[in-house]
Amino acid sequence: MARDDTHRAIEAVFRIERARLIASLARMTRDVDRAEELAQDALLIALAEWPKSGVPANPGAWLTAAAKRRAVDGFRRSAMARRKHDELARDMDEADDSVAAIEAAIDDELGDELLGLIFAACHPVIAPDARAALTLRLVGGLTVEEIARAFLSNDATIAARITRAKKAIAKAGVAFEVPRGAELAARRASVLEVIYLIFNEGYAATAGPSLVRPPLCAEAQRLGRILTGLMPEEPEVLALLALMEIQASRLAARAGPDGKFVPLTEQNRARWDQLLIRRGLTALARVEALGGADGPYALQAALAACHARARRAGDTDWERIAALYDRLRQVMPSPVVELNRAVAHSMAYGPEAGLRLVDEIAEEAVLRNYAPLPAARGDFLFRAGRLAEARMAFEDAAKLAGNAREREWLLARADACGG
Amino acid sequence: MRVMVFVKATEDSERGIDPTPEMTAMFEAMGKFNEELVNAGVMVDGDGLKPSSAGKRIAFDGPNRSVIDGPFAETRELVAGYWVWEVKDMDEAVAWAKRCPNPMPGPSELEIRPFYEMEDFGDVVTPEIAAHEQMLRDKLAGQ
Repeated sequence: MARDDTHRAIEAVFRIERARLIASLARMTRDVDRAEELAQDALLIALAEWPKSGVPANPGAWLTAAAKRRAVDGFRRSAMARRKHDELARDMDEADDSVAAIEAAIDDELGDELLGLIFAACHPVIAPDARAALTLRLVGGLTVEEIARAFLSNDATIAARITRAKKAIAKAGVAFEVPRGAELAARRASVLEVIYLIFNEGYAATAGPSLVRPPLCAEAQRLGRILTGLMPEEPEVLALLALMEIQASRLAARAGPDGKFVPLTEQNRARWDQLLIRRGLTALARVEALGGADGPYALQAALAACHARARRAGDTDWERIAALYDRLRQVMPSPVVELNRAVAHSMAYGPEAGLRLVDEIAEEAVLRNYAPLPAARGDFLFRAGRLAEARMAFEDAAKLAGNAREREWLLARADACGG
Repeated sequence: MRVMVFVKATEDSERGIDPTPEMTAMFEAMGKFNEELVNAGVMVDGDGLKPSSAGKRIAFDGPNRSVIDGPFAETRELVAGYWVWEVKDMDEAVAWAKRCPNPMPGPSELEIRPFYEMEDFGDVVTPEIAAHEQMLRDKLAGQ
């Protein structure tokens, strides 16, 4: 094999091990930057040795042992902090960090260490956008450039975000451990929020020329799969994965040939990814078996599943969707959920039902300038045959619309009301 | 990227499952490897296939179709199992494949093939083709 090929092969092995390696080193040094440096050192050692010796049977254990040896050397050399680290260095000398010993410990410990790293990167002391960047860097193994491209940002901004996140972790003295007891639920919610934020950034791109950015979705799904592998009994973890798999199944159908958004009911369902739908439905069934059907992600996944199960838009079980929204508004109250609930009820029980619900929430402050509300109202009125009122509602919506394409569409609907 | 990894058949796999100690050990090692794939978020799907003696082929020649019953002779061209993996690139797929325990008692082979992605199609799927697909699907659902 040519030298470049050998290096690429070694780097690929390293990429597979990187997150676990950093997790293990971060727990030991309590310093993410140092952990990243040590991991990088281990890669350099591997690049020097593996071309001669071949890739070891357990490369993860080998890299961990090499990095830990390097860390101990570092502790010894660091004269300034000698007093503080003497004890740690002695402990580590006494500990058996041979490849064989690490290999033996690898199964139970490293999974826990990786989980600890995920929980630290998603810690609530870090701002949400910085959590996402740090998680993609440490756990996803993306480079700063890749993250910047994914978020349509620039390298300097993302690098600064990651630095801020690391400082926040250090300042708060965050342990690279899985939290226990009462803290676990809140911290887990933060982890799920970060993963879903990454997914949505890819699924409903908030900025930029393309409507969807599939690589970001794939990365979030991968994180979700890792998390379900590590926490297989947690219903909300599985539910988030189910939700992402089902939503991602529609990526190919979401944008038309002209790049325009295609609404769910008009998508070509033949282009939905049946493998992802099957994975999503299987995960959702497991959520239900674990008794977690009532969680916020579980309810959202169940909603997504209703659409996934309908071969044609006309087959959609709107009554079930309406019932799920009735429940979701209690578990996860939000004006947007209320509006979606009104739409679901209008589809299940007719436009008058939708109108009743939408009028109940019309005074909500956050919805006052929210174009979808008068747009939905216009649609209900139109379907109820109240054309003059529908026209006014569509015109109100057009005034609030965020972009030209949406405004055009709403004015066209207003025109279709005649008058 | 999504890849499919084929486990190529051998004379052993074509004989079916043999409850030998070697086979048990292989299944155990494979279970561990699969668990690693799951925990790394790489595994999307995967399964084993029965020997080709349980299979059939449909041969096309112009308008004609004929059915050929297994087993099929060219063992090396047959598939005994598959995975679907989500990986960053082919290098990563190769690194994972190298970690797989040998799935067969003797020499054997894995083959990695990337899926087509959305952007590979470009203009191949025209709106007309898409509309036709939808019509077929509607018909199917209406039956």
